[in-house]
Amino acid sequence: MKIKKNIALSESGFVFDPSTGDSFTTNPIGLEIITMLKEGKSRGEIKSAITKKYNVDGATFEKDSYDFINMLDKHNLTESYEKEKN
Amino acid sequence: MSTKKLQYERPIIQRLNTGVMNKFGTKTEYKPVTHIDGNSVKELLAKYGSPLFVISEQTIRDTYQSANRAFKNRYPKVQFAWSYKTNYMNAVCNVFHQLGSWAEVVSGFEYHKALQNGVPGSKIIFNGPDKSEEDLTLAIKNDSLLHIDHLDELYMIMEIANNSKKRPRVAIRVNMDTGIYPMWDRFGFNYENGQAWDAINKIMLNDKMDLVGLHSHIGTFMLAPSAYGIAAAKLSDLAMAVKKKFKKNIQYIDMGGGFASKNTLKGSYLQGVDTSPTFDQFAEAITTSILNAGFTETELPLLILETGRALIDDAGYLLGSVISNKRLADGRRATIMDFGVNILFTSFWYDHKISPAQEFGQHTEDSVLYGPLCMNIDVIRENITLPPLMRNDNVVVHSVGAYNMTQWMQFIALRPAIVLIDTNETAHLIRNRETLNSIQSDEVMPKYLKTFKL
Repeated sequence: MKIKKNIALSESGFVFDPSTGDSFTTNPIGLEIITMLKEGKSRGEIKSAITKKYNVDGATFEKDSYDFINMLDKHNLTESYEKEKN
Repeated sequence: MSTKKLQYERPIIQRLNTGVMNKFGTKTEYKPVTHIDGNSVKELLAKYGSPLFVISEQTIRDTYQSANRAFKNRYPKVQFAWSYKTNYMNAVCNVFHQLGSWAEVVSGFEYHKALQNGVPGSKIIFNGPDKSEEDLTLAIKNDSLLHIDHLDELYMIMEIANNSKKRPRVAIRVNMDTGIYPMWDRFGFNYENGQAWDAINKIMLNDKMDLVGLHSHIGTFMLAPSAYGIAAAKLSDLAMAVKKKFKKNIQYIDMGGGFASKNTLKGSYLQGVDTSPTFDQFAEAITTSILNAGFTETELPLLILETGRALIDDAGYLLGSVISNKRLADGRRATIMDFGVNILFTSFWYDHKISPAQEFGQHTEDSVLYGPLCMNIDVIRENITLPPLMRNDNVVVHSVGAYNMTQWMQFIALRPAIVLIDTNETAHLIRNRETLNSIQSDEVMPKYLKTFKL
């Protein structure tokens, strides 16, 4: 899973997609996940970083992050699955 | 060295749509509701289980006093009668009886409940279309006020009165056009077509009973105080006609109930707190009509009010917990709660205000709130904007005091406990959580079905 390269992120959680003009807002944990995805971190690395920093168990975070990444995909903020596969 | 971990919040992302309203509306919750009358929500749930109904006695008393003040400031003789069907938990009824309310009941079951609570028979108003001969005989013996709904009931009372030493004290329920829709014409006798006057004549010309009152109950969740003004004028008109023809004074006018609470009806653009009339507005409309009807000072009838919903709704809370979160096929967020339409019947009518019971961040998400039943209709809120809720997080549903604890269904799940918080902020259990045994104790198994082999 990769975030589109041109996505702009602000420290306050404002997300802008210049290719579509769509803007989004995300909460601090969402922002951390997107930032780490942008840096090319794997899901495992993200899980370990978040569970270390926040009061959450691995299973809960895995469930939540799965849903969150699906939403990134739904909002066209990711390199598409097809593209990744090819 | 270990450091304290930061509070986790589920990651969310929302598209920003400038200038376009969405069906979820704007964020409404800014602060968690962690306590009710000094009692911690989490501690109440830990002690009595989730979900849990909580009733604030202080709110009941404050609301009653404000209604009482609104009417007594404008009219010399006012009497409230507690509408049992709205909430007939005995503890709740007795709070109202301690405040001076009589009882208003609509069935033999409720009548016996009021008697058992210690209400004198003469201070029980017996309404409704279904009163058995046995109910009526007992009510006549107890000198209760019988509000006649139909001619069959009137003839049954005449028959009982013929064989009784007691003179039944009766009133008739009058339905009428007050300019509102729908017009409730299924209860009582119609004013416009002369049915009500006909029934009055039948009673007045019978020497075995006394017509002491006139009653109306024009609708439910009424948002137009003016309709009550019209109803009070029409009842006063009948009372004046009785005086003119029979030289007798009607002792009381009972305006029934139906005042709207502060809940928000489904489909309403504005919040209930902004649109529901105040007690003062209802009182002004009703008392002005009666005072202007032409009664002399000594003949003014007692004004009886059977307000239920508006007196108890705000005092009731439902505490519950999140079972799970899921994503629907169309991308909407869905949260499953441990309470559904089985115990929150009013979620069919209202968009209940729901607050998280723990601290939350500034971000919110649009979601659908479902109940726990394995039934498609179990939807508590079709659209709601809430901060991200996690499994086992708690919420507080506001203004659930009316009708839920009487219309709730024992369907699929057992019904929860009810706690009353007194004016000293002490919590009292007033109804135990149901058990399998409390549901099955009335079942009877035929002997031949007791065993089977699989």
